[in-house]
Amino acid sequence: MQTYESSVPSTTNLQPVHAEKNRHQLHALSRKKRFFWLIASVAMLILVAFASLTIGSKPISIVSIFQTLNGNDIGLESAIIWEGRIPRTLNGLFVGMALGVSGALIQAITRNPLADPGILGVNVGASLAIAIGIVFMGASSLMDFFVFSAAGALITSVLVYAIGQSKGRPDPLRLTLAGVAIGAVLGGISSGLTLFNPSAFDAIRFWVIGSLDVRTLDIPLFIAPIVILSCIAAFSLTPSLNTLGLGDALASTLGTHIIKTQAACLIIITLLCGCATAAAGPIGFVSLMMPHIARWMVGPDQRWIIPFCCLLTPILLISSDTVGRVILTSELQVSVVTAFIGAPILIYLARQKEASRL
Amino acid sequence: MKTLQSLNTGQRVNMIERLRIPFTLTKTQIFVLLGLFLLSTYSLFIGQHVSGSLSDLLSNLLSGTLFDPLQSVVIWQWRAPRICAAIFIGGALGVSGAIFQSLVKNPLGSPDITGFNVGAFTGVLLTMAFIGVHFWLVVIGAIGGGLFAAMLVYLFAYRDGMSGFRLIIVGIAVSAMLSAFNMWLSLSVSLETAMTAALWSVGSLNGITWAKLIPISLFLGILLVFSAMLVTRMKLLEMGDDLAAALGVSVHKTRLLLMLIGVCLTAAPTAITGPIAFISLAAPQIAKRLNLSKQNSKKCSLFSAALVGAFLLVTADYLAQYALPETKFPVGLVTISLGGVYLVYLISNESKN
Repeated sequence: MQTYESSVPSTTNLQPVHAEKNRHQLHALSRKKRFFWLIASVAMLILVAFASLTIGSKPISIVSIFQTLNGNDIGLESAIIWEGRIPRTLNGLFVGMALGVSGALIQAITRNPLADPGILGVNVGASLAIAIGIVFMGASSLMDFFVFSAAGALITSVLVYAIGQSKGRPDPLRLTLAGVAIGAVLGGISSGLTLFNPSAFDAIRFWVIGSLDVRTLDIPLFIAPIVILSCIAAFSLTPSLNTLGLGDALASTLGTHIIKTQAACLIIITLLCGCATAAAGPIGFVSLMMPHIARWMVGPDQRWIIPFCCLLTPILLISSDTVGRVILTSELQVSVVTAFIGAPILIYLARQKEASRL
Repeated sequence: MKTLQSLNTGQRVNMIERLRIPFTLTKTQIFVLLGLFLLSTYSLFIGQHVSGSLSDLLSNLLSGTLFDPLQSVVIWQWRAPRICAAIFIGGALGVSGAIFQSLVKNPLGSPDITGFNVGAFTGVLLTMAFIGVHFWLVVIGAIGGGLFAAMLVYLFAYRDGMSGFRLIIVGIAVSAMLSAFNMWLSLSVSLETAMTAALWSVGSLNGITWAKLIPISLFLGILLVFSAMLVTRMKLLEMGDDLAAALGVSVHKTRLLLMLIGVCLTAAPTAITGPIAFISLAAPQIAKRLNLSKQNSKKCSLFSAALVGAFLLVTADYLAQYALPETKFPVGLVTISLGGVYLVYLISNESKN
């Protein structure tokens, strides 16, 4: 956003012909750069997905992966691939997409570079709702989990947004703190529930900790259509988000309905966080950094940021999960790995000059 | 020097302060103190093994047939150290919060928001995993961890001076990283240790004995005396570095000392209870809102924070044990829930003004 605004006066100062020429060059350059990053990201995603399929407590060769994918049964390795590695990798892909796009949307509508559904407590709220559903209402199917999770995400995000406002405008520090406070309370209640009801502990544990470890294809396949549709919906909102970045007044002058855009974004965020938490539990920090990295790669245009978040976040999530599998003798949850990667980024962002002016 | 003396700032400053702790209490302070005493006594005599109503116990007390051996073990060996720990640790956490809130000049600069207590717990876990489980080693580990976390936060938050916003965000990030590290550590050790560590990592007063409590209380007591000695300088620092320096406070030395004491006050309890969240955040603020101390009595502010901190922790521990039948929570869960609600209130209230 910063570059967009500052580039306007500098080009108008130039002679018209030069400006025209300059813009063309810039366009060609940024298009080249974007396509380079696009190809690089897709290649990286494929690479990471294969790494996730091969690396683990039992290493599996690429040859046997291809054999299994072709429908040949080669015994134990096939079983591991179908019941462990593939569901897990697909889960990482879709949860990553959901988290990345929801992060980009939250940052866009709150104009807060530090926003993230994990830091703002939305994912914890969703997981608490699932825990309540399991303990008190006998939720058992994937649909139940998703409904509870989405409801929890909605309530939490509205609550955090309401508390995080200052004089009618969302205030970055207040929003972050409200998220941390509400996240802490809801997380405390979640762990209280597991202590309160030891028999449900095993069922709840998964949603309290945050892990990609699923054993069947049902979960990733259940969330896949919702995630993909939500991402498409998010992409269709990107022109409005671009104008929203210029400030409320300018956005409404340019014909963007601010409330409608924000409400639509909120619905999409709810759906995406609901999916992500139902499939993987609360995972923080992943969506914090990806919009920034995407912006660094392709510039401030949301039409490019959102698709890049779709590509980049799964890369981070799947690789964190893969690293977590081999770094210890016992498995390390992906949420722990992402906290290690994400916290330094948060520190870096807080040290930026723009952040202190917020 | 001459000009300084001729200036009447209305403030008498002692370069080296003598130990003077106030013994004049305000009405509200006496009220809270009384509440603390009643609650402690009540939770000392109420529970599963020592049944019967208070009047029974009182008549037992009066008639001299005090308790049978089991009862006296339950009361004096199990419950009394727990309650004393709650009082001491709550007080220490309250003072630590008051010190940091004064240093950062922001109620959110408390050591539990900026993650110093999580860092102290990292120190505890590291010491127990790699060095040994000797009591003082663990305490030193906790203090080392707390100081390390404080150093990290201040180092990362420093950029052309300090801003409250950066400090708090950096603190949140550091504490998230450290708690992930704690989780990693507790997962990489044996399952048995991991389960204890998991329960401990939310902060719990379970399993406190006199043997653990007495040395920690002595240590905390010394620190509290030190903090009482520094309080005038702390209040002067709040008026701004330049003014404080002009009034004869050595700014950097005082700040360093206060930070050291504040970190120790929050780290040492962590060695025996794990990180108990939100007491340091809430206690000084509640004390301020209750108008516990007189407007001008500088020294009372730390004492009030300690009082409220102790009251909060004793209450939270009582709730943790008896709020739900059949279930005993670690006290940290209660403080995190109640304190979190309070933090939400604090934020939303601040935004209204």
